Amino acid sequence: MSTLKDKCAIVGVGETVYNRDSGRTELNMAVEAANRAIADAGLVPQDIDGIVKFTADSTPQGELAACLGIPYLRYYGELGPLGGAACGLVIQSAMAVAQGVVNNVLVYRSVNGRSGQRYGSGTVTTRRGLGSSAFTEPYGLLVPGQSSALRARRHMHEFGTKMEHFGAVAVAFRNNACLNPRAIMHGRPITMEDYLTSRMFFDPLHILDCALEADGANAFVITSAERAANLKQPPVYITSAAQTLLAGMNGHGRSWDESGGALLAPELFGEAGVTPQDIDVVGFYDHFSPVIITKLEDYGFCQRGEGGPFVEGGRIEVGGELPVNTSGGHLSEAYLQGMNQIIEVVRQLRGQSPAQVEGAELGLVDSGDGSGALILRR
Amino acid sequence: MTTANFPLPVPNLDNQEFWDQCRQHRLVLRRCLDCRSFHHPPRPNCPECASSNLEWVESPGKGKVYTYVITRQPVNPAFRERLPWGVVEVELEEGVHVISNLVECDADDIEIGMEVEVVFEAVNDEITLPKFRRVGQ
Repeated sequence: MSTLKDKCAIVGVGETVYNRDSGRTELNMAVEAANRAIADAGLVPQDIDGIVKFTADSTPQGELAACLGIPYLRYYGELGPLGGAACGLVIQSAMAVAQGVVNNVLVYRSVNGRSGQRYGSGTVTTRRGLGSSAFTEPYGLLVPGQSSALRARRHMHEFGTKMEHFGAVAVAFRNNACLNPRAIMHGRPITMEDYLTSRMFFDPLHILDCALEADGANAFVITSAERAANLKQPPVYITSAAQTLLAGMNGHGRSWDESGGALLAPELFGEAGVTPQDIDVVGFYDHFSPVIITKLEDYGFCQRGEGGPFVEGGRIEVGGELPVNTSGGHLSEAYLQGMNQIIEVVRQLRGQSPAQVEGAELGLVDSGDGSGALILRR
Repeated sequence: MTTANFPLPVPNLDNQEFWDQCRQHRLVLRRCLDCRSFHHPPRPNCPECASSNLEWVESPGKGKVYTYVITRQPVNPAFRERLPWGVVEVELEEGVHVISNLVECDADDIEIGMEVEVVFEAVNDEITLPKFRRVGQ
């Protein structure tokens, strides 16, 4: 049903340094990331004729264009509400490029997520008792970690999943981050004992299960497969793409059987003509470590209920059977709302990651709770 | 007024009846007159069949704890002075799930499968919140 298969490619990626107190405006960081992505592609800013943004991002497309020296945009758009937008913005951009509406689209994210408004405190996500939040927030269900913990607790109950399984995810991503000099937690490995003795935040979730709130910006450029063939970097093709917006997903704790990833997986793999066994490297949106376990199940890398044992023994580390979040992900690189995962998988498929998976040809990335996903190939 | 620092419900025309009934210590749910399924929170249409032919049905408010979370750090100012804070997702006998708190139960005593029933806690003249307590206490 999709007509996007291999029609577009990601051709340039760029990032600022990730840290916890940038001392810069989000606009200022967005300009740096955008310029890096454009230069990485071998383009100049005036080649960019479209920009799309996260609804949650404070930087307007027009301000960014002005700072890049782009006089006007032929195409602009945005996607909300919060963390799930990254893969969806790729789809939005690729559709516009494939239709010939625009040539080269810049996707960006810039956020002072540690020194400014912090996602983990609920200041960004609460809806002050309006709409369906009237039925959750008055009870003190206020921050994303609590909702993730509701699902994690239920998974433990149904399948015997243990805290040590969540810990195995946290340790694996920290080990991956230690291969990546850009990761905030580079050089700071953790053990299972460190994990189990770290502070409990949203029981059963420890602090080390939570995304690392960070300051920083990143960006990438999407163009047509034809133009991509003549640019500076090896193209990374968007082989398949899918989105899911669950009806009535209004902040209630959801059980494991209602995630977007499980719903979009058949279309995602079917369109690409591949199976989970063909995937060489994965970039999962890891706002909290238990979601890695359920996503491995949702996307068919293991059976329902077997995600806990699957992550044991370094299987998802670089060098393991299925490397996941090789940059360290949100848990240990930086929490930039799903953009880091796309950028890292692009690097992997170009053969340019500091945590390189040998011979990586096919990668899978997702956003949010499976609100969008891509299969990328070199 | 144990929830004074959490956001209070802002009723609207789709759910005003729910909150009005809570003030009278009655838990009501939306049921579809066409496909007979319950839903919650209240919406103007049935999520099963999209019908707008709905009724309000009083629920006995009995169910089981489906899952729960215990917040142990003051990640938001509203949690200060009230940690550990337990939030439960209750599966009512009608099949719908509701987010709530357990009263007269330490957060550390919450268990999945615990049988619970609704109680009502007045926050102010306008808002009364349905909460739950263990059955047989």
